[in-house]
Amino acid sequence: MDKRTPLYEKHIALGATVQSFAGYLMPIKYGSIQKEHMAVRESVGAFDLTHMGEFRVTGPDSTAFLDKLLTNDAGVDNGKAYYSTMCYPDGGIVDDLIVYRIGDQEYLMVVNAANLDKDWAWVQSHLQGFDVKVINESDETALVAIQGPRAQEVCLKLTDIDLNAIGYYEHTTGKFANVDALIARTGYTGEDGFEIYMKYPDAEAVWDSVMEAGEEFGIVPVGLGARDTLRLEVGYPLYGNDIDHSTTPIEAKLGWVVKLKTEKPFIAREVLEQQKAEKPGRYLVGMKVTGKGFPRHGTPLFSGDRKVGIVTSGSIAPALGQAVCLGYVERGFQKRGNELEAEVRGKRIPLKIVKIPFYTEGSRK
Amino acid sequence: MSNIPENVRYTETHEWVRKDGDKYVIGLTDYAQHEMGEIVMAELPEVGAEATKGDAMGGLEAVKTAEDFYAPMDGEVVAVNEELEANPALINEDPFAGGWLFVIKVSDDSQFDGLLTAEEYKTHIGE
Repeated sequence: MDKRTPLYEKHIALGATVQSFAGYLMPIKYGSIQKEHMAVRESVGAFDLTHMGEFRVTGPDSTAFLDKLLTNDAGVDNGKAYYSTMCYPDGGIVDDLIVYRIGDQEYLMVVNAANLDKDWAWVQSHLQGFDVKVINESDETALVAIQGPRAQEVCLKLTDIDLNAIGYYEHTTGKFANVDALIARTGYTGEDGFEIYMKYPDAEAVWDSVMEAGEEFGIVPVGLGARDTLRLEVGYPLYGNDIDHSTTPIEAKLGWVVKLKTEKPFIAREVLEQQKAEKPGRYLVGMKVTGKGFPRHGTPLFSGDRKVGIVTSGSIAPALGQAVCLGYVERGFQKRGNELEAEVRGKRIPLKIVKIPFYTEGSRK
Repeated sequence: MSNIPENVRYTETHEWVRKDGDKYVIGLTDYAQHEMGEIVMAELPEVGAEATKGDAMGGLEAVKTAEDFYAPMDGEVVAVNEELEANPALINEDPFAGGWLFVIKVSDDSQFDGLLTAEEYKTHIGE
C-alpha cells in the first residue's frame, strides 16, 4: 500500500496524474510536463518532495561519523549544506544526498526516497564506535520546494527572515508561512530557489500559502516528470539512472564531492584514490542529439561498429527544444565534440559530446 | 474519462481504425495519448511499406516515455501524416482527427469487423 504525502489531496484537487514512486503516491504531472518545466525556468514552480528521506544525526561524534560514511567533507560551518555521495567499500554508490549542518553536533541528511530503507540499514550498520544518535524523521518531515527565478520573491512574502543572507547551499531555521521550518537555498533544477522542510501537519498550510503568494508570478505546481527534465537539462545525475552501486563518483565526474585532498579516512577512500590516479575506464558525459530521435536509459552508444557506452538518462530538454542525454562512454571517447551514435529501434542516431550543463541560463546563485 | 468515439474501431494496443472508403485511417486513442503525455516525435512508416497485423509500424516519443504503434490489419501503407513531423503534439491535441498516424489499404475487409468496438475498448482500458 503506497503512502500518501500530507499534500496528496491537494494534488488530486489540482488534477495531478499520480503514480507510485518509491512507496509514495506522487504527482508526476498536473497537465503538461513541458509547461511545468518552463514555468520553473521562466518564473516559479512548487514541488511536493515529501517522499525524500530525512535522517537527523546528533551527538559529539556527528562530524566524525559523517566523515567516515560520506565522501564529501562534513567540516562545513553551521548553516551550510553540502552535496555528497555515500559509497560502498568497492567505490560503488549507495546514494547521493544533501547534508545540512544544523549545529556543532547536529546534521540533517536528506536521501533519495527510493533508497531510504537501504540507506537506513547502511547508516545503522556503521554506528559502532561513534557517540552519535541517528533518527529517521522521514515519516514526519514534509518538503516543499519553491524553484525558479521568482522563487525568492514568493518566499519573501511568507517569512521575516532575511533571505538575501542565505547563500546557495546555506540554510536557517525559523518561521515560514507561520510554521516552524528549515529554509534552505538548495534545489535540483539549476534555478534559484528554496527547499522548505516542516512537520507533516504544517504542510498543507505551507503549500496553500506558497500557491497564494506565488499567484502574481504565475506559480504552478510541478510534478516529478518536470523535476526529472529540469535536473537532466542542467546535467545533475539521478540515482538509479546515472549512478548506482555499479558506478563510482570518479566515473560519474563527482570527484569534487570526494575529499581526497583532506587526510580524513572514509569508506572507499583507497579504491577511489587509486581509480582517480589510474583514471577510470569510463566517464559520465553529456550528449546533445544532433539527429532525429530520443535515446533513453539503456540505449547503447557506438563509435562506428564499436560499442563504447550506454545512455543513462535521455529526454527532450524543453528549454533547449532538443534531445539530450547523459551516459557513460569508454575512456578515450569522452572528449567534448566527439561524435557518437545511439542505436534506437535498429536506427543510428548521431549525437555529440558537449559540456554540462546543457542549459546555462539558470538563475541558480 | 477518455474520449472513445463510436464511429471507429479499436485495438488492444490502443490504435483506433476508421474506415474511409476502401482505405483505413489509423491513429492513437485519446486514452493512450493521455497516458503517454506530450508527444515530441512521431516516427512513421514509409509509404508503400507492408503492414502485417500486430507488427510495429513506428514509434512515438513522449517527454518521459516511448511507445511503438502497430498495424491493426494486414495491408499496405498508402499515406502517412506528414504534419506530425513539424507538430507531433497534434496526436495529443486532436487524436481522432488531425493527429492520425497512417492509412492502409487492405485486401481483406473482414479484418475490420474483428477489431474492438468502442464498448469493448472501454472495457479493455477499464473505464
